[in-house]
Amino acid sequence: MRFKTVVETFSRKKAPLQFLGFLGCLRITVDSIAKQKKTWIYRWRCFTLKLHDEIPSLNFGNLLCTERDQAMASSVAARKRLLGTARQLWSSPVALVVKRSSWKDSIDGEDTGFSSTGLGGSFLFRSFSSLKASSPTLQSCNYDENAEMAHFPGARITYTENLQFISKLLPSTLPCFRVLSEHGEELVKDVPELDKGMALKMYEQMATLQVLDSVFYNAQRQGRFGFYATCTGEEALNIACAAALNDSDTVFPQYREPGVLLWRGYELQEFADHCIGNYQGHGKGRQMSIHYGSSRLHYFTVSSVLATQIPHAVGAGYSLKMENKKRCSVTFFGEGAASEGDFHGAVNFAACLEVPVLFICRNNGWAISTPASEQYRGDGIAGRGQAYGVRSIRVDGNDALAVFSAVKAARQLAVDNNEPVLLELMTYRVGHHSTSDDSTKYRDIAEIRHWNERRDGVARFRKWLESKGWWNDTVDVQLRKDLRAEVIACLAAAEAKKKPPLADLFGDVYDSLPQNLAEQEQVLREAVLKCPEMYPTDVPL
Amino acid sequence: MALSQGIMAASVAVAAPVVLLSASSAYSARPHGALSSATLPALKTRKVFTVKASAAEQPASFGPSSQKLWTPKLVTNAVATKQETAATTGAKGGHELLLFEALREGLEEEMERDPTVVVMGEDVGHYGGSYKVTKGFAEKFGDLRALDTPIAENSFTGMAVGAAMTGLRPVIEGMNMGFLLLAYNQISNNCGMLHYTSGGQFTIPCVIRGPGGVGRQLGAEHSQRLESYFQSVPGLQMVACSTPYNAKGLMKAAIRSQNPVILFEHVLLYNLKETIPDEDYICCLEEAEMVRPGKDITILTYSRMRHYVLQAAKTLVSKGYDPEIIDIRSLKPFDMYTIGNSVKKTHKVLIVEECMRTGGIGASLRAAIMENFFDYLDAPIGCLSSQDVPTPYSGPLEELTVVQPHQIISAVEKMLSD
Repeated sequence: MRFKTVVETFSRKKAPLQFLGFLGCLRITVDSIAKQKKTWIYRWRCFTLKLHDEIPSLNFGNLLCTERDQAMASSVAARKRLLGTARQLWSSPVALVVKRSSWKDSIDGEDTGFSSTGLGGSFLFRSFSSLKASSPTLQSCNYDENAEMAHFPGARITYTENLQFISKLLPSTLPCFRVLSEHGEELVKDVPELDKGMALKMYEQMATLQVLDSVFYNAQRQGRFGFYATCTGEEALNIACAAALNDSDTVFPQYREPGVLLWRGYELQEFADHCIGNYQGHGKGRQMSIHYGSSRLHYFTVSSVLATQIPHAVGAGYSLKMENKKRCSVTFFGEGAASEGDFHGAVNFAACLEVPVLFICRNNGWAISTPASEQYRGDGIAGRGQAYGVRSIRVDGNDALAVFSAVKAARQLAVDNNEPVLLELMTYRVGHHSTSDDSTKYRDIAEIRHWNERRDGVARFRKWLESKGWWNDTVDVQLRKDLRAEVIACLAAAEAKKKPPLADLFGDVYDSLPQNLAEQEQVLREAVLKCPEMYPTDVPL
Repeated sequence: MALSQGIMAASVAVAAPVVLLSASSAYSARPHGALSSATLPALKTRKVFTVKASAAEQPASFGPSSQKLWTPKLVTNAVATKQETAATTGAKGGHELLLFEALREGLEEEMERDPTVVVMGEDVGHYGGSYKVTKGFAEKFGDLRALDTPIAENSFTGMAVGAAMTGLRPVIEGMNMGFLLLAYNQISNNCGMLHYTSGGQFTIPCVIRGPGGVGRQLGAEHSQRLESYFQSVPGLQMVACSTPYNAKGLMKAAIRSQNPVILFEHVLLYNLKETIPDEDYICCLEEAEMVRPGKDITILTYSRMRHYVLQAAKTLVSKGYDPEIIDIRSLKPFDMYTIGNSVKKTHKVLIVEECMRTGGIGASLRAAIMENFFDYLDAPIGCLSSQDVPTPYSGPLEELTVVQPHQIISAVEKMLSD
C-alpha cells in the first residue's frame, strides 16, 4: 500500500489514534523515510510532547523528528481536525504527525487555530501533566532553507511587507454576558434553572450579607471594633459565585468576598468573633477584621497585601491538578489589584502550567479613590486574558443568574481541561472602600445613589424572584428584621467573650515554640505582672 | 561514622505516602531529648563529629590535641564543573561527592520518600537546574514535580505558598539568592506570616533555597547575602550549609520541617568534595556544628567563611593557639546552647561572616551573645565582616570586600594577646 494513500485514508476518516498506532506498529522512523528520498514518500514531522499514559503501545521513540526536517502541513483543515480530535481524546497535548505533500505548500495567512506556545513554528508546546518519567521533549529542529515560512522560537509567524501597528484596542470592547434585565426580567429563554429552594437560599444569604455589613459597619463607627469593609453593591456577585462553586474548591479571596464564607457555612457568630478578635475567632485575634480564614471551608486567610493571593491560587491549582480530583482553585481580586505584578505573573503561569484556576475579577470601578479609567487603558481585565492565552469572559456582576451560570461553566471548563479561566464581573462598589474612607470626597453622591437604588444586584434578583411568585415584601421585611436581631445578638455575644490569651501572641509563629520566643514571652509576662495597670485588663495571662 | 547529638539517623520508612518524622519536624532550640545544662555531660565526653576526608586528604580526627586539620580544596569556579563520580568510598564506608551532588541526593531521597515534595524554579526541569542540583529530576519524577516556571520570582514563590497551604511540600529554587529579593513580599508577608494570621489553620512547609554569597566576579546583584535581609522576618527558619555532609542533612531536614525554611547555599562551595555516609541521615535544623573543639577562643562562622576559618586555624594551631571553631549553621534561630557552652569555656568570641557590617548575622549574634553571656566574656566580641559596599566586579576589589584568612589570624592573635 502506498504511504500516501494510507495517510490520506486515515486523515479523512479522522482516526488519529489508529493512525498513530499504525505508525507505531510500522516502526517508521523519520530518518529512514527521509533517507530514502523518494518522491512518493512524504516527510513526517512528529512532535512528541507528553504522551497520555493510555497509549503505551505507541513507540514514539521511533517518531522523533530529524534535525533536517522542516515539514509543512498541506492540509490545514485536516491537521486542525486531527489535533482537535486528538485533544478531545486526551486531555494533554499529544503527538501530532503532520503530512506534507510538497515543499511548495505553505500556510500563509491562515490561522491554524492551535494554541501554540511552541518553538520554532512547530506545534510543540510543553504540557506539565505527568508525574511519571517522561520521554524527553524535543527541541526545535534546524530550519530548512527551502521553507516558505520563517519560524522563531518565540512565535509562529507569517511575514508581512506592510508596516502597520495593530490598534490599541479592538474595534469593540468585549461584550458583557447577562440574562436578566435591569428590572429582573428574563432576557433569554433558557435562563439557568435554579430550583426554588436554591434561589431562595441565595436571596436570603444576600440579605444576610447586607444586614451583616450594615450592622458591623455601624458597630465600627461606634468604636466597637477597629476596622471594617463592606461589600455593598457586590452581595449578589458574592453569593452567586459561591453557589456556582463546589464546596471543596479552594478559594483565595481578596477581602470583599465574605459571601463565599457565608454560603459555605461560616456562622454569623464566627464572623463576629473574628472581627471583635476574641479568643474564639479563628484568627486568634491576629488578623484584621474581615480578613477571615477557614481551613474547614477551604477559604484561605485573607492577606492585606493586594494580589498576593493570585499566585497562591495558581499554586493550589497546581496542587489540585497533581491530586487529580476534579477540584478547582478560585481567586477573587479587584480591578485595582489586577494591576499588581502578581496578577500578571500568576495568570501567565496558570496558562503555561495548565492548572485549573478561576481568576474572578470584581471590576467595581473604584480602587479607593482611583477610578478604573486611571487604573488601566486596555479593555478591562477580561481583555488581558487572550494576551496570556487564557480563556476569558466578561459578565454583568450584578446579574446573579448570569454570574451563576458563567462561573459554573467556567469551573467545568477549568476542571475538565486543566486550564485557567478569567472572568471579569462588572459591578459597582456602592460602599466606601472601608471604614477608613469617605468616598463622597472623590465621587459624586448622585452616582452612588444611582447604583444603589437603580442597579443593585440584590434588588434585581429579588424582582426576578417576585416575578416567579417566590418572594414578597412581607416576607422580606420579616427576614431582615430577624437577621438584624440575630447579627446584633452575635455581636454582643462576641464582645462579651474574653480576648485571646497572652500566649497566643507567641504561638503559631512556628510549629512549636522556640527558645527565643519563650524567653520573650517570659519577659513580657514579667513586665505585665510588674505594672498590670499599664496593660489591657481583658487579655488573660 | 560517629554521630553527634544533633545528627539523627532516620530510617527510610515509607508506610504511607505522607509519613513525616515527628522528631525531625518538632521545632526546638535544644538538642533532641532536651537537656538542661546541669545534666549535660562534660564536654570532653561529648561525641565528636568526624569528618571523613577523601582519600586524597590527610585523615583527620578532631580533638583538642589534634594538630592535623582538614582543609578542603576550594574550587574557584562558580559554575559546576564536570562532575566526578562518587565511586570511591572511605575506609569506613560512605561515598564521595561534591556539595551540589549532596544537595541533589538529599532532594532526590526526599522526593522518593514523599510524593508531595515538588521542586519549582527557573530551569529546574529538563535543564537540570542552573547548578545541576535537580539534574535528572524531570525525567525521573515527571515535569509536574520538577516544575519549570516562567520568570517571575514573586509569582512562583507565591505559587509555592499556595501549593504548600493545600498539601504539597514545595522546594523553591532561586537561581541566585539575590533574585529572591523579588520574592520578598511573598516570603515575608505570606510565607512567614500566614500560619500565624490564620490562627494556625494553614501551614506552609516550604523550602526556599538557592546560591548566594560573594562569588568570583559576579557583580553586585549576584553577590547578595540575603540572610541579613531575611533574619528579621518572623515565622521563617534560616539555615546555611557549608559541607556536603550538612548540605544533604539540612536539605532533608528542611523538607521535613513544618515551618518555612530558607536554605542558604554558597555559590563557590558547590564543588566541594567530601565523603558522606551511605545511610539515611538528617541534620538538626536548629543546631550548630562543632567543627574543632578548642579552649582559647570561640570562632563562630558559617557557609564559606568556615573554610577560610579552617585555613586560618591551620596557621593558628601551628603558632600554638587552640581555637574552638563552630559552624553556626542555624542562622535563625541561633543555637545559643552550643554557642553559650563554648563562650563559657573560652571567654572570647570572634565572629567571622560574609555579611555586611550593618544588620548582618554577626550584628544579631553579637547582641544575642552579649545579652545572654556577658558575664562570661573577657573581651568585647570581635566581628569580621564585609564592608557596607556593593560587591564590585573587579577581582582584586572584590577580594578586598571578603574577609581573608590572614585577617582572621591577625584578629585572633590580637584578641588573645590582650
